[in-house]
Formats: sequence, structure tokens, C-alpha cells
Amino acid sequence: MSERFAWHRFIAVVMKEFIQMRRDRLTFAMMVGIPLIQLVLFGFAINSDPKNLPTAVLSADHSEFSRSFVRALENSSYFKVTAQPASEREAERMIAEGEVQFVVNIPQNFSRRLQRGEHPAILIEADATDPTAVGNAVGALSQLAQSALDHDLRGVLQPLQGKPAPFEVRLHRRYNPEGITQYNIVPGLMGVILTMTMIMQTGLAMTRERERGTMENLLATPVRPFEVMAGKIVPYIMVGYIQVTLILLAARLIFGVPILGSVMLLYIVVLAFIAANLSVGLMFSTVAKNQMQAMQMTFFFFLPSMLLSGFMFPFRGMPEWAQKVGSVLPLTHFLRMVRGILLKGNGLLETLPHLWPIGLFLLTVVAIGLKRYRKTLD
Amino acid sequence: MQQRSPKQSKEPNLPLPQAYPEGHKGEGRGEGAAIANPTSNHPSSLVINVEGLSKRFNGLLAVNNLALQVRRGEIYGFLGPNGSGKTTTIRMLCGLLTPDGGRGTCLGYDVIRETALIKRQVGYMTQRFSLYEDLSIRENLDFTARIYGMANRRRVVDQALERLGLGDRQKQLAGNLSGGWKQRLALAACMLHEPKLLLLDEPTAGVDPKARRDFWDEIHRLAGEGITVLVSTHYMDEAERCHRLAYIAYGTLLAQGTVAEVVENSGIVTWMVECADVYALGAQLRGRAGIEQVVPFGNVLHVSGTDRALLEQSIAPFRELGECRWTAIQPGLEDVFIQMMEGARDNV
Ligand SMILES: Nc1ncnc2c1ncn2[C@@H]1O[C@H](COP(=O)(O)OP(=O)(O)O)[C@@H](O)[C@H]1O
Ligand SMILES: [Mg+2]
Repeated sequence: MSERFAWHRFIAVVMKEFIQMRRDRLTFAMMVGIPLIQLVLFGFAINSDPKNLPTAVLSADHSEFSRSFVRALENSSYFKVTAQPASEREAERMIAEGEVQFVVNIPQNFSRRLQRGEHPAILIEADATDPTAVGNAVGALSQLAQSALDHDLRGVLQPLQGKPAPFEVRLHRRYNPEGITQYNIVPGLMGVILTMTMIMQTGLAMTRERERGTMENLLATPVRPFEVMAGKIVPYIMVGYIQVTLILLAARLIFGVPILGSVMLLYIVVLAFIAANLSVGLMFSTVAKNQMQAMQMTFFFFLPSMLLSGFMFPFRGMPEWAQKVGSVLPLTHFLRMVRGILLKGNGLLETLPHLWPIGLFLLTVVAIGLKRYRKTLD
Repeated sequence: MQQRSPKQSKEPNLPLPQAYPEGHKGEGRGEGAAIANPTSNHPSSLVINVEGLSKRFNGLLAVNNLALQVRRGEIYGFLGPNGSGKTTTIRMLCGLLTPDGGRGTCLGYDVIRETALIKRQVGYMTQRFSLYEDLSIRENLDFTARIYGMANRRRVVDQALERLGLGDRQKQLAGNLSGGWKQRLALAACMLHEPKLLLLDEPTAGVDPKARRDFWDEIHRLAGEGITVLVSTHYMDEAERCHRLAYIAYGTLLAQGTVAEVVENSGIVTWMVECADVYALGAQLRGRAGIEQVVPFGNVLHVSGTDRALLEQSIAPFRELGECRWTAIQPGLEDVFIQMMEGARDNV
């Protein structure tokens, strides 16, 4: 294998794919139509009751009371303290990157003011981009304030028990204060739609060559596997961008989803995601014998992506094994990136932790695809 | 459908290609009987030189220990019934299939290790139309030219279109072309990068006689330019337009040489009978000792066998009746091939 990548052969494949795509009106219409239809259909929310949500406790008060409160949080089974950030900045970063779902802020002098009966407040910030994920946990909070400290409030403090609650829990829903599910679902749909159409189209692109017999002609020329694969990917990247644009427009104009972050950044990171899905499609097409099989494989990949990525069900509500599977899938990371950029206004720094898993996935799949691409008809 | 009329080979002979002026041998047998380059079986003049080539598909032997020598500038016919392994052999020659056994060279490159180099210099026309039906004629040629990195792409494509006579239809989709035009387009596409060797796999299957005639004129013109052509076919008249040919059945090479050599070496004896009722006579002849083939051709019957004495003994009583006219003839290629295939099947 001494020959190298040749631009002229790559360009030849790209041009051919563009022409074929243009001729195939039905497929092209479908690639634009599917996003629109799905956007319209997905007007409903899916509920679930996730527990053990990762929580950061930022405590400026190291008293028996604050410890009891945290213990009570954990006992409610909705919260799991996973971090004790040293500063507000760090806590902010954690919630922005999605490392934690909640940040509990226990203010200075909490215990002193509690003992004085001043009803101090504990601030809980919730990442409410996915409202269903935090809904029940938030519900449990109001109970908590009532009874968390009953055990500690004895003797002279006995009168503080009961109503009104000895302290106040102030909830701050971040990113999606009204808990509008479309805010969460519409950006998520972008990932779901890209996953389906990108994998399917490239999956079909290669098996079509085999089914129509044109593969034999292609293989008889000096064109190299990488040139064919790359050449087939490029036109669909463009289609992917058309879809992204359509969905963004719909998100903004129809559903009023806020776009806090940089659209530019979104367009850049989406490239990795599109490429990852296209390469999955190409890998499938090197295995599939015909277009039917390519289609079936697409769904085989698409279903877990949809179910385990956090699109259908809150990611943290899933059992651990499902989360493990989910965190391999590009869609999982893409959802976090998109929601982060659109709803949280995340920048590149907060986005990077979800970008590299997609890159890793892409490289692995391309490697498998190249290995499996048959240069002969054997 | 196979065309079976031997008359076709007796059509007026076509102008001979320049490169083979000595070729015509008469006997109503086209210029194919000519030997392209009688002198050399020397390795350096062999464009294809393989031996022991074998290929199995799921344990089934598709090509069995095949040896093939094709000389520079010759039109080499590759004949055999369907499923005999012609396509498989051609695919192995241009690196599309990896042989399970055997070795050799194609254009001087190793057929197993140097397939990438072979691909650059071979024009392979697949049995099934394998250009893009949803691309126009011009777009298909343009794609091919790009793949081969041709420097003067536009001119090359223009010239090819002009030679094809498709200049004014260049925007038409390839899928809408008729069979004959598809073949010509496919030939033009695989000629675009000026290959030294053409591998044509049943290029004229399903094409009308006029288009076939034109196609073969074109092949002879190319051979005249020094291009080597290996062409598979099952039309006998086409076989006779080849300089040399090979006959393969059940993956095994059964004969190789010029038409005359193949016929001669077959050892087949054929009698032609002109008779009022060929079918009645045929029914009586079949199954008799030494009579291996009884084939009606219109109003005549070809009666063949490999054992001259036995055959003549069996037909003697019929000849004495004097009802029909019996003539010993040179067997046709088709008689020879069918005989060989029967023999090969018995050995399988
Ligand atoms: N890709 C393949 N897989 C399995 N069997 C094959 C394949 N290609 C050819 N064959 C078998 O090999 C034999 C020879 O086929 P082929 O070379 O196409 O014959 P021909 O071109 O002379 O008609 C046939 O029996 C065919 O069924
Ligand atoms: Mg064949």
C-alpha cells in the first residue's frame, strides 16, 4: 500500500455524490422533510423519576445543622453529593458542564441565624435544562425543609420545629426557569434527526453501489478506500448543516427556544457529531450486503441512541449499565453540548469535555470502517 | 439466447485490421483464424501470463488450475457456457478477486501483489453495466477521467463523446440509453485512460447484430493500435473474429489456440446431411454408436462424433439409402465446444 491519498480521486467521488444526491429528489426531500415532521410530532414530554442526581455542596457553614441538612438531602434519595467545590466559580463550572445537576449553597452564619430563629435561606441551584430530570427532586425539597433538622432541634430549640419551617430553601432553576419541555426537546431533536438521517444516508450510499453493480467498476479503478469514504461523507455534511439550520430556525421561531450561546460555536462542534454519524453509516455499509440490511443496522444503532442518550429519558434516571452504554454514544455528548450552548450559553471551554468523546468515537469507527472496506469482490 | 446459426460466420469478411495483413485464411472463417504474432510466446511479449489460477466460492471450485497466455496486440477470445468461470477469471486478472492459488503476471505486474499497478493500466468492462445510471453520459466520462487523474480532462471527454457519436446527447442519463449504446459508453469509459489491456466481459450480450458488428470493428481498430484485448463471449461468430481463443467449461480450460487449431485438435468428425425430414432422421440417428451429437441447422443436420470409424460405420446404412445427401465437413466451433463440454461434464 504505497500509494497515497489523491485529491483528484477524492474530488471525483465528491462531485459524483453531489450529482447523484441532486438527482435523487425523493431522498433529498426526505432529508429536509424528516426534521420538520419530527419537530412537529415531538410536542409531548416524557416523564420519569430520576434519583441520585449529582449534587455539589458549597458550604460556608460547617455546623451540625448544615451536615444534617446534607444528610437529609441524601436520604431523600434524589440527591447524591458528588462534589464539595471550594469556590463559587468552581461550582458554577460544574453545573455549566453538566457535571452536577444541583448546587447547594449553604451561607455563612447559617447555624447562628437558624438558632436565633431568623429563618435563614439555603439556595439550591438546579440545572433545569431538562425539566423532567429535576422535577421530582425539586418537589422533595419542600418536604425537606420541614423535617430535616427535627432531630437537631431539641431542648431550647424545640420551638423552632414544625411550622413555619426553621429555614427556607430557595430554589433557583437555572437555564430553563419555567421548565418548558420544548426547550429541552427541540435542541435534542437536532441530535436525534442528525443521527438518523446521516447514518441512513451514508449506509445506503455504499450498499447502493454494491447493489447496482457500480461497485465493481469503482473497485476496478485505482481509487482508494479512504478517498471513497471521505468523498461520500462530504456531501452529506452539507445536508447535515441544512438540517441544523432548519431546526435552529424552528427552535427559535416556532418554539421560542432561547439561544444564549454562540451559534458559530454550535456550527463548529456539530461537525464532529455529523462526521461521527456519517462514519457509522459508512462502517455499516461495509458490513451490510444490501440496502435493506443497511437500513436495519441504522435502526439498530438509532434506537439505543434515542433511548439511552438522555433524549427520551433523563440520563441520570437510567440504571448504571445504561448510562455506561449511553456515554459511548455520540448523541449523549452532543445533547449536552447543544443544550449547553443554546440554553446555558456555554462557551468552548465548557463544551470541550463533551467534544473529545465524540472525536474518539469518530476515529474508532473510521478505523474499523477502513479495515472492513473490501478492496476486492471476494 | 445464444445465437446458433453457423451462417453468421459466413457473412462477408470485414476489412482486416492493419496490424494483421497476413491473417485471412479463407474457409469462410473470418480474420479470427489469423495468428496475431506467430513468432512469440516469449514472456516479454505476453501481456497476460498466468498459471495454476484457482478460485473457490464457499468450497465450490469456480476456476480450476487455469493457465492463460495472451500476447501483445492480439484479440483473445474467452469462451465458455454460463457459469464456467469466465467472469471470475477476468476479475482475478485485474485484481478484483484474490486467487486462492496460482501465480503469474498481467502487464508484467504480479497478479496477486501488484493489483494497484494493474488497475491503472487495465480497462475493464464489466459484464453487467456498471456505470452510474443516474449520471449523464458526460458526467460518467468526466468521473472516470477524474478518477484516473487525466490532465486534459475536458478534451479527453470531448474526444470520447465525439468518437462515440454522442456529443449531442451528452446530457442524457446513462440509464436511459439502449443496450447497444450502454455497451459503447462502457467501452468508451474503460478506454478513457488509454489502457494497454482491455478486459471485456461479454460486451455484446443482448446487443443487436448491427451494434455487435460495429463493436467488433471498434475492437479490431483498437487492436490495430497495439492494444491487447481479452474478450469473453458465447457468440460463435465473435469467437471467429478473435486471433486466438480459449474455451473453458466448469472452471477448466479445455482448449486454446486459433480457431483452426482448436477445431483440428478436437479430433471431431462431422457430417452434414441435407434431407427432406431432418427431424425424423435425427431421431433415428441419435443414440447410435459413435454418434455423439445430432444438431439440426435449419434444413440440414450436423452429425458429429470423436471416433471416425465408429461414426462412419453407424451412418453407413443411412447413406446407402440414398434419400439424403451426406457430406463430410469441417466441424464448426460450436460443434467442437459442445462436444468438449459434454466430455468435461462426464469428468466432473
Ligand atoms: N461472488 C461469488 N460468490 C459465490 N459464487 C460465485 C461468485 N461469483 C461467481 N460464482 C460462481 O462461480 C461460478 C463461475 O461464475 P462466473 O465466473 O460468473 O461464470 P461466467 O462468467 O463464465 O458465466 C458460477 O458457478 C458462479 O455461481
Ligand atoms: Mg460472466
